[in-house]
Parts: sequence; C-alpha cells; structure tokens
Amino acid sequence: MSKLLILIVIILGAVAIALLMRTYELGKKLSNRKEEEISEKDNNLASKLFILFMIAFFGSFIYLMITYGRCLPPAASEHGKAIDWLLDINFIIIITVFFLTNTLLFVFARVYRRKKGVKAYYYPHNNKLEMIWTVVPAVVLAFIIIFGLKTWNDITSASPKEAIHVELFSEQFKWTARYSGDDNVLGGHDYKLTTDQNQLGLVTTATLDSAIRLMEYGTDDGSVLGIKLMEQKLNDKNLMMIPKDREKLETDLDRKTRLLRLLYQMKGRHDASKDKFAYDDVIETDTLHLIVNKNYEMTFRAKDVIHSAYFPHFRVQMNTVPGLTTRFKFKPVYTTAEMRKIKKDDNFNYVLMCNKICGSAHYKMKMMVVVQTQEEFDTWMKTKKTFGSTFLVQEKGTDTSSDPLTSGKPIEVADTIVLINK
Amino acid sequence: MAAITHDAHNHHDSHGHDHHEEGFVSKYIFSYDHKMISKQYLITAVVMGLVAMLLSILFRIQLAWPGESSDFLSFFLGETWAPNGILKENMYLGLVTIHGTIMVFFLLTGGLSGTFSNLLIPLQIGARDMASGFMNMLSYWMFFVSSVIMLASLFIETGPAMSGWTVYPPLSALPQAVEGSGLGMTLWLISMVLFVASSLLGGINYMVTVINLRTKGMKMSRLPLSVWAFFITAVLGLLSFPVLVSAVLLLIMDKALGTSFYLSDIIVNGEMLENHGGSPILYQHLFWFLGHPEVYIVLLPSLGISSEVIATNSRKPIFGYKAMIGSIMAIGFLSFIVWAHHMFVTGMNPFLGSVFVFTTLLIAIPSAVKVFNYLTTLWKGSIIFTPAMTFSIGMVSSFITGGVTGIILADSALDINVHDTYFVVAHFHVVMGLSAVFGMFAGVYHWFPKMFGKMMNTRLGYVHFWITIVGAYGVFLPMHFVGLAGAPRRYYDYSVYNEFDQGAFNLIFDLNKVITVFAIIAALGQLVFLFNFFYSIFRGPKAPQNPWRANSLEWTTPVEHMHGNWPGELPEVHRWSYDYSKPGADEDFIPQTVPLKEGEEEH
Ligand code: HEM
Ligand SMILES: [Cu+2]
Ligand SMILES: [Cu+2]
Repeated sequence: MSKLLILIVIILGAVAIALLMRTYELGKKLSNRKEEEISEKDNNLASKLFILFMIAFFGSFIYLMITYGRCLPPAASEHGKAIDWLLDINFIIIITVFFLTNTLLFVFARVYRRKKGVKAYYYPHNNKLEMIWTVVPAVVLAFIIIFGLKTWNDITSASPKEAIHVELFSEQFKWTARYSGDDNVLGGHDYKLTTDQNQLGLVTTATLDSAIRLMEYGTDDGSVLGIKLMEQKLNDKNLMMIPKDREKLETDLDRKTRLLRLLYQMKGRHDASKDKFAYDDVIETDTLHLIVNKNYEMTFRAKDVIHSAYFPHFRVQMNTVPGLTTRFKFKPVYTTAEMRKIKKDDNFNYVLMCNKICGSAHYKMKMMVVVQTQEEFDTWMKTKKTFGSTFLVQEKGTDTSSDPLTSGKPIEVADTIVLINK
Repeated sequence: MAAITHDAHNHHDSHGHDHHEEGFVSKYIFSYDHKMISKQYLITAVVMGLVAMLLSILFRIQLAWPGESSDFLSFFLGETWAPNGILKENMYLGLVTIHGTIMVFFLLTGGLSGTFSNLLIPLQIGARDMASGFMNMLSYWMFFVSSVIMLASLFIETGPAMSGWTVYPPLSALPQAVEGSGLGMTLWLISMVLFVASSLLGGINYMVTVINLRTKGMKMSRLPLSVWAFFITAVLGLLSFPVLVSAVLLLIMDKALGTSFYLSDIIVNGEMLENHGGSPILYQHLFWFLGHPEVYIVLLPSLGISSEVIATNSRKPIFGYKAMIGSIMAIGFLSFIVWAHHMFVTGMNPFLGSVFVFTTLLIAIPSAVKVFNYLTTLWKGSIIFTPAMTFSIGMVSSFITGGVTGIILADSALDINVHDTYFVVAHFHVVMGLSAVFGMFAGVYHWFPKMFGKMMNTRLGYVHFWITIVGAYGVFLPMHFVGLAGAPRRYYDYSVYNEFDQGAFNLIFDLNKVITVFAIIAALGQLVFLFNFFYSIFRGPKAPQNPWRANSLEWTTPVEHMHGNWPGELPEVHRWSYDYSKPGADEDFIPQTVPLKEGEEEH
C-alpha cells in the first residue's frame, strides 16, 4: 500500500513540474525572454542571495560552534593537553582564513555584479600580489608544521622506562586487555598457539604442548578434529564421503599438518625460562582499568582484521593490525570520578571504541575504561587470577587418556564432518 | 603518430562538403565522435550518481532513526536487506561502500573527466576529434560495463562489497569476516579493473590529443585553463591508476590463490589461516598512492571548469594565468608524495609520518594561490550570474571550507583524534561532494548549449543551485561537529553512546537528524536538475552559437554537431582565451581567432 503511495506521489510530482514548466514557457514566449540573457532583476537577486547566504552560513557556523564546539571534555591525558592546545591554535588560524576568504568571495559577488555602464577592469596579473599570497601562506604553514611536528615527536617517542605495559587484543567484535603482572613484562605470543584456553596465543611450554595436542588429537567433544582422526577417516575404506567433503577434509588436513610442523619447530626453539613472563600476566575482558598519573606503554594486536583502538577522551588512536604489533604511550591525568565532576555527569565513563571498519557489529565493538587511584586499582587487581593459574588448572583437567583415538570411544563421523572447519 | 596526423588531414579534406548518413548504432551507440562519447559519459554518470545518492538517503535514514521501521527502506531494499523496514547491519556497510565507490570513481572520475575532457579538449584546442576515436569508444564502453558490474553487485545474494570504498584487507579478503567479501568483493574488483582500463585509454587519448593536435597558433601558453587541468588530470591518472591495479591484483591473488601479500597470522571465525608474512599496511600504501592523486583527479577538472566559467562571467581575464598553471602542476606533483597522510595511525614509522606532514601541508600553498587568484578575478569584474557562475562561486567557497579542514587533518598530532571520525567524512565531502560536484554542475550548465544545442532553463538552474548549496552545507557543516565530538565513521548505530556519555549521545542524534533532513532536501533538489536536464534536451529553446559571449574556440563551431567540428578549415588562434574587457576593444570579449590589432600587446 505504502509503496503504491510513494509511486503516486513521485508521478504526481513529475506531472506538477511539467505543468509548471509549460505555463512558464508560455509566459516566456510572451515576454520574449532568452535563457542566455540574464536579466538585471535576476542578476541582482542572485547577488543579494549570496550575501543572504553568507549571513546564514556564518550564522549557523557560529551557532554550531557555540552549541556543539566543545562536546569532548578536556583531554584526560598528558599529551592530550598538548593536542588540544595545538588544535585550538590551528582552529583559530583556519577559522580566520575561512571567514576572511569566504567573506571576500561573497562580498565581491555582490559588489561587482554587472552594472549598466560599468566595464570590468582588465587585470591579468600582478607578480607582486601573487608573490605575497604565496609567501604568506608558506610562512603560516611553516609555523603550523613546526608546532605540529614537535608535538608529534613528543607523542610518538619512546616511553619512559617505568611505563606500565598493557596489551590490547582485538577481534571481531571485542577487546581483551592483558596486564603484564608484577614483572611488567608481557609474555610472548604466537597466533598458532590460540586455543579456547589460550585465547591470546601466549607462548609457554604448556601452551605449546596443548596447541600441539589440539592439532594432533582435536578436542574431546569432537568439535575440533585432530590430524590423527582426520587421517584415520580419510584412510577408512568403509567410510562413504561426498567428494566435496573429502576434498575439504584433505585440504584441512594439509593445512593442519603444515601448521603442526611449524608448532614443533617453535617448540624446538622455545626457551622455557621465558614462561614466567606469560604466566604472571592478567587477562581482562570486561573493563580496562588504568591508574591515574602513570605512564602507560600500550601495545596492540589483532586476531582477524584491522581494528583501531580509539580512546577519544585520551586523544589516543592506533590501528591494530593482524601480523603486526603497534604501540602508543599515554598517561591518564583524571580519574573517572574526577572526569564525572568536570563533565557534571555521574554516568559518564571513559571508553575504548573500534574505529576501523571491521564487519557487521563494528559499531558495538567497545570496552569500558575506568581510571582509578593506585589503591583502587590494587584492590581490583587482587581479585584477578593470573594467566598461569587459570591455564594450568584447566590443563590438569585434560587427560590424554580421554583422547578419542586412544580411549576407544566410537566416533560419530557424520557429526564431526560438519564441524571440521571449526 | 603519422597515422594521427594523417587522420586529421583526412577530416580536413572531406569535411564541409559531403554529409554521409550514419546508422543509429554508429551514431548513438558505438560512436567514435568525441561529442557523442562525452554525452554518453555524462548520462551514464548522472544515472550512477542518482543511484549513489539514493543509497546515501537509505543509510542516512538508518542513522537518524536507528532501528525504526521505515517504508522507504523496505520499498527499496525488500525483506532480504531490510526485514520489517529495518536495515541490516551488513547492508548498511554495503550501502556505504557502494555509495562511496560510485561517487568517487563513477560520478567524479568517469563523469567529470569523461564528459568534459572529451567534449572540451578537441573543441578548445581546435582539433577535429580525439587522437584515437576507437580507443575513445572503447574507453566509454569499458566504463559502461564496469558501471553495470558495480550495480549488479548490489543485487546478489551475499550483498555487495562491505569493507568501505577503500576496501582494506584483511576485511575485504576474507568472506569469513563479512559476507560482502565473497562474490560482492570479486565483482567490485573486476569492475574496478575495467574502470582503470577505461580511464587509462581515455587518459592517454587526452594527453596525446593535447600535445599533438593543437591547431595553428594554439601554443601551450594560450590554452584555456580547463585544458591545462584536464591534461594534468590525465597525467595523474596515467601514473597512479596502474598502481591501483597492482594493489587490486594482489588482493585478488590473496583471495583466490591463497597468496599472502596482505595477510599474516590470522584466525577468523575460528579458522586458523596459514598466511604469514604479508602486510595489510602494504595495501594501504598502494591504495593511497592512487587514492590521493585520485582526489585531485576529481578536483582539478572542476577547478579548470570553474576557471573558464568565472573568467567568462566576470568578463575579466583569469587573474594570474601563469600562476594558475603553476599551481595545477605543483598540486599534481605534490599529490604523489603525500599519500601516507591517510595512514598516520596505522603504526607506520612516526618519522615517515613527519615527512608526510611536511609534504601534505605544502599542498596548501598552491591551493591558496588558486583561491586568491579566483578572488582577484572577481574583484572589479562585471559579474553575470548564470547558473554556471553561481555554481562556480559555490565551488570556490567549498574549496576554501574543505581545504582549511585539510590542514587540521594533515597535522599528524591532530589527526590522531579525528582520523576515521566524521570530521574526515565532512572534510572530504566538502571538497568532493560540494566542490567537485559544483564544478561538474557548472560545466553542465555552461556547456549544455554546446552539447545538446539547446538552452537549459535558467530559473530552474537557480532553484537547483540554492537548494543544493543550502542542502549540502546543511549536511556537511554539522558533520564536522559530530566528528569533533569523537564519533567514529561507518557505525551503523550510535546508540552505544547511551552507555557512557549522554551528552555526546544527544549531540550525535540531534545533528544526525538535522543532517538527514538536509540530505533529503538536497536530494529532492537534484530532481529539479534532472527534470531541467532531460526536459531541455528535448524541448529546450535552441541555443545560439555563443550564448555566454566567450572567447574560447568551442564557441566558434556550429550549433549543429558535425564530424570534424569545424566546417572547412580549422580555425587559427592568435591570442589566449581570456581577452575579456580588454581596453581598446569594441566588445567586452575577443575570440581567440581574432588576430591581434596593430600595436596590440598579447596579455
Ligand atoms: C589543502 C588541501 C588538503 C589537505 C591538506 C588534505 C588533507 C587530508 C588528510 C590529511 C586526510 C586524511 C585524514 C584522515 O584519514 O584522518 C584527508 C582525507 C581525505 N581527503 Fe583531503 N586534503 C586536502 C584537500 C582535499 C581535496 C581537494 C580532496 C578532494 C577533492 C580531498 C579528499 C580527501 C578524501 C576523499 C579523504 C578521505 C578518504 C577516506 O579516508 O575515505 N582532500 N585529506
Ligand atoms: Cu573492530
Ligand atoms: Cu589524501
């Protein structure tokens, strides 16, 4: 029904314009007006409208600036203050240029409209003038560049030694934070070690073993097939498989075999003395807790596609890139409570948002951030378990004798085929 | 080369006498004639632009009233993509992606260069046609096929490409990450490869024509600025588009052959990929090596067109002709060494970032020179507000407005907090969606009489202009503030702000509603143009030969189109095209074909 209505409105609109056009044309024929000759009246009106437009344009700009110009609260980080200062300076410069040149443009449009008996002034060039408006912008830009680069260099320079190391891990569509524990060193990582119990792919002797075991034997419940089982299935003469499934199984097996080889190589090179760096790390998926007035060295990783860690209130942004570790350093200067006072909003929270298109739920990919005093943070941290304690406890529960291959449990082939890709 | 001159001579001899009848197909479809090809480009681009505009209205409705059922959405998208009139998340991304792609490439690259380089280069330099009519035809048809493929991708089951118009991998390479990266992305890539081939064929033709086929007396220093702009645009395209093809080719290989140019250490949807050693950042370097020159590929023709229109309708020579050429060349050159300003926060080496801050801010200098020269051209002019002139003034205004925000973005330290927010979206829409588009409209209004031999309706032109400039600024001025509030782009719904910042939530929703309303107004305004355009093609009053009393050569050709453009001899040129209101002349314009008077100095 409503579709019909939309169509009817469109058609009626077109008919109305066509009718208007016809009457207009008839009128024009009578008055002998030509399209290429712009009448004095039209010309005058157009130039007036430009002035009117200018006033409305500037007016709405000023209105927007006053009403919405300072939506973000003052920067909540040390370098953010420098950015805000620089932004203000730059805005003053560009807004001046914006008003000045736009005013000249619209005023000229009005003042120099065609007038009877006034001829345009033949003025093809003037080297001195042109020199001036090459040099003046160049000088202004030189200032902008110098101030800008100074701030940029400060922001991107290395962290002070005592900076606290925290890692942010991104995946569709969530963030995970990893604290480096008492030693302030983050454990190493490799994506091939990623398992349900080791979501961030941390490298330790135990995680290596468990990743290898997963590759070889799959999971107990059969949701992930191991290499052994896959081989067995492919070699099973009695098993009927449609060619597409068989092909998929074969490529999957190849892939896993190659990955397994890499895992064994990694194991060969592994230095067990580094395990402790990972075991004391603390993993947090709910809220990022930060301590006020501490320097942070943040590193970023991505599991699947590019994301971007965007903390608008701290003036921090850095892309997270699969295969690459990126970094950003900053120092929060207001606790959440302080910022709530500044904002006069008791429900305000700092936030970490994803700012690089990453798929359907990109817009929901965020993590709350809370900035606390040292004591508050310590109290919270006491409630957290280290990676080592959670991982090793879970591992103990896993007993190789329950592997489907060795335990002699019957295997439901039809079910597992579907799940191969997991 | 010999063949080209030969061809030109052939025309020279045969024209003016016999008028052989052409079949419908060779005249309207597979035409070799640059004027016909230009019209084909224009109409295709207008249709593409309309589609892209409609897509934008669809996603603007979602942004202003998220989660509310809309008949408009279900009317256009149906149950698959808007069940119960509520837009699907994935389709939101698909709409944004295809909107951007069409607007940048099909409307502003194909439509602008394709239409006006084709129409004006031969006519303004005094050539019978393009250097190669066949290549020109091929160029159009590739453009057409690539347009069709791009549109077709909207209708497939898994939807169109959904990774933004920049199609960054890994998102664009992995169908597991978003469904549009399957067949939709493949079609996107095929369409773009064809598009680039089309641009290259066109571009080579434009360059060769400008270099070789200028008529007697048409020195490079007498060329209208429009031709200079088209020429440099073609050079930019020729140097940068092949890089896009390489970028796209590697992406195709990553998708189809399992190579690892852009992929490394990925687990997607629970599947551990083997790819190792590739870099997604490499893609961005390659993409922006085209991408930045591309923004000038869309802007320079508009600047060139506006130069012509502003000089003609101020009845004054363009101020600082040589400086204008110098700026075009400087912008062209610099645009190749600024690309990484799109990548300040990718984790690229910060020192590299510094270098790109420097080069990027340099571009502001020639841009400023151009603006001041336009202003001085208007100064003490005798301005006639044809619709083309109003659009050109709008063009200069928006070039200023968009240019100054570029300075903020170019400052890497400031870009940290506004990168990928609506501030960037506002910036590039003001320079492309306003400036470049206004230039294009100026061109259409100004040369419509040359293209179709008819006049467009002036009053409707005014209505169109005022609705457009008010609507477009109404959309993009507030958008800057959404960005400064820290709102990321490409979000389907901003309701998440409710959970942490009520103030920002209110701002974003208030402004988003305002923006959508203005967007709808601006879109309706384009219907006025469409009507005027098509109506005038068929029923507009017949155009006089030189309606705007302009100097350049195209206005010396007959109103009725003919092969070879000029009956009889090609015109000879004796002066530049900007002798408006020259002291001592009888009229306020002196066509380029008029010899210098005794004792008269060239500009
Ligand atoms: C004074 C001149 C200009 C400067 C200094 C400048 C600077 C910049 C910078 C630094 C960015 C990257 C921002 C970011 O992603 O965070 C950017 C984005 C962009 N600019 Fe400009 N710009 C200028 C003029 C133009 C012009 C004339 C156009 C087009 C006609 C243009 C089109 C774009 C586009 C399309 C993007 C964003 C692409 C995207 O991320 O989707 N810019 N500009
Ligand atoms: Cu994300
Ligand atoms: Cu750029």
